[in-house]
Amino acid sequence: MLISYREALNQAMREEMQRDSRVFLIGEEVGYYQGAFKVSKGFVEEFGVERVLDTPITEAGFTGLAVGAAMAGLRPIVELMTFNFGILALDQIVNNAAKVRYMSGGQLSAPMVIRGPGSAAHQLAAQHSQSLEAWFCHVPGLKVIAPATPSDAKGLLKSAIRDENPVIFIEAQLLYGTKGEVPDHDYSLPIGKAAVTRTGSDVTIVAYSKMALLALEAAEALSKEGINAEVIDLRTLKPLDTDTLLESVKKTGRVVIVEEGWEFCGLGAQIAETIYSKGFDLLDGPIVRVAGEEVPMPYTRPLEDLAIPDAARVISAVKKNL
Amino acid sequence: MSIRNVDQSGLLMVNSKLDPNSNKNDLLALYRYMLLIRRFEEKSAEMYALAKIAGFLHLYIGQEAVAVGCIHAIRPDDYVIASYRDHGHCLAKGSDPKKVMAELFGKATGLCKGKGGSMHLIDVERHFMGGYAIVGGHLPLAVGLAFASRYRKEDRVVLCFFGDGAVPSGHTHEAFNLAALWKLPVIFICENNRYGMGTPVEREMLLYKDIAERARAHGIESEQVDGMDVLAVKELTARVVKKMRKDPQPFFIEASTYRFMGHSMSDPAHGHYRTKEEVGEARKQDPLIFLKTRILQDGLANEADFKQMDKEVIQTVTESVKFADESPFPDPGALHEDVLVE
Repeated sequence: MLISYREALNQAMREEMQRDSRVFLIGEEVGYYQGAFKVSKGFVEEFGVERVLDTPITEAGFTGLAVGAAMAGLRPIVELMTFNFGILALDQIVNNAAKVRYMSGGQLSAPMVIRGPGSAAHQLAAQHSQSLEAWFCHVPGLKVIAPATPSDAKGLLKSAIRDENPVIFIEAQLLYGTKGEVPDHDYSLPIGKAAVTRTGSDVTIVAYSKMALLALEAAEALSKEGINAEVIDLRTLKPLDTDTLLESVKKTGRVVIVEEGWEFCGLGAQIAETIYSKGFDLLDGPIVRVAGEEVPMPYTRPLEDLAIPDAARVISAVKKNL
Repeated sequence: MSIRNVDQSGLLMVNSKLDPNSNKNDLLALYRYMLLIRRFEEKSAEMYALAKIAGFLHLYIGQEAVAVGCIHAIRPDDYVIASYRDHGHCLAKGSDPKKVMAELFGKATGLCKGKGGSMHLIDVERHFMGGYAIVGGHLPLAVGLAFASRYRKEDRVVLCFFGDGAVPSGHTHEAFNLAALWKLPVIFICENNRYGMGTPVEREMLLYKDIAERARAHGIESEQVDGMDVLAVKELTARVVKKMRKDPQPFFIEASTYRFMGHSMSDPAHGHYRTKEEVGEARKQDPLIFLKTRILQDGLANEADFKQMDKEVIQTVTESVKFADESPFPDPGALHEDVLVE
């Protein structure tokens, strides 16, 4: 069935809430407003206000509440209106959700999903356009997922909800309206497994979320010039699927990493290090990184366009690499 | 700044007669728990000096009546959650002193296999959901535990302990707001020991004389209680809990108390932020002496009984140290265990 990314997320949550009464949704505007991005459309009618909870604008408070509820055996889904506001809940996520299992010697855990849109949309300026996934990947005790397509979004969100750990699930704001084929039957996708979304032999382009689609676009353009790129959509950022990466590098010998986040201490640095340390001999040249510019996101469109990687930059990075 | 009047001879004024309905054994149990916490912590301080215990060690000595009074007013399946000054709450909830001491020693036999330490004692079996070391950060967790109770249609309540230093924090007010808004069964217990670390309460907030006012501003009913009087603390908590089980609503208790030791072992005596005289005055309000005096006055026990009890408690603590000392440290393989549920 051809549905949108938004509808795929909606289906995943609906099916899991139908399946497991411990699952509830909490966040700003998730109830009567049906989600700021309409991901929880129809939920209040179906599940009631006891399971679909509109909160005041207090991320630390309601995220912390969800952590406590998870510790007590429930399965919260926290919707952050955007991951930019997740910064306000960072103490609860990092100090409590991610650590309670370790600190308790395995007695407790916080099985929950913290999800919502990340990265830039159009002209939302510095405080609403950030790709913060590297922050979460840095913390032991969290899993981090960033799907690019509707079918991945549905399958991975279902796995995230069923996971016994705190899972950060970052949806790209600009992807909500994108459509794709989604299987009708109940399915889930394994966390920690990347997808080879295009096979090729000349270069491996590694990306995730919105940038995985950009990588495909660049690869198509490159093919017209006779360059055959393989594209890996990581899907899960932590744990990282090292095997799939190395398999691809074995074939191509060259790597370009594309991320929307800032380059310094970004996810690309980690991916490059992983390939260098585990597959240095497979490489025919240095890894090239394409990342967001080292600036707070400008409002004005011409500068915003410059701050975010585009297909042309990916193409030139590939050519530089070859 | 005194908490309670002390008469000229320096003895506690114990005016009130014990509640005639109080069971002698209950009173002695309250005393015994306070004594256990006291002796356990005195021993911990010794062990810290011997470098058997490291890291931060925040002692609860002087505040025992709050944890013991509150926790003895609830059921074993009710949740308790606390800040980093958590030894008292953990022991009052019934955790095995051996495992608690082993945790302070960082041993594999500790409550949390040595991974939590003094500030993160957790005993899920006893519904002690832990000590948390970010000031104010555990209040939203407490509200979440209460939410889970209501979600599952249970009548479980949550006791959430924190110090006066947590009151101005944003987490605290977000937690108050949600608990009040959603009518969740959590008792916020502010143990006002008059110092947020080394900062006196009057330098922490403008409205420090009636901290409960902060909770009332969110629509939470509240009461102040003498936190040196375990019976008053227990009576208030029991009254609140009874109502809360039928009619869930958060409640705020401000317990006036005092820590006789420093904020941590880094300022073990009175510290430079308060005078010896002030600490000396406060020590006259000792919650153990307070209850003991009452029990003696009413003839429910005699000095010999108390001596015997002390002997037994010291024995328990001695055994806990022996157990901790003889226990192994965790194997290296434990380093990577318990990060994620596999």
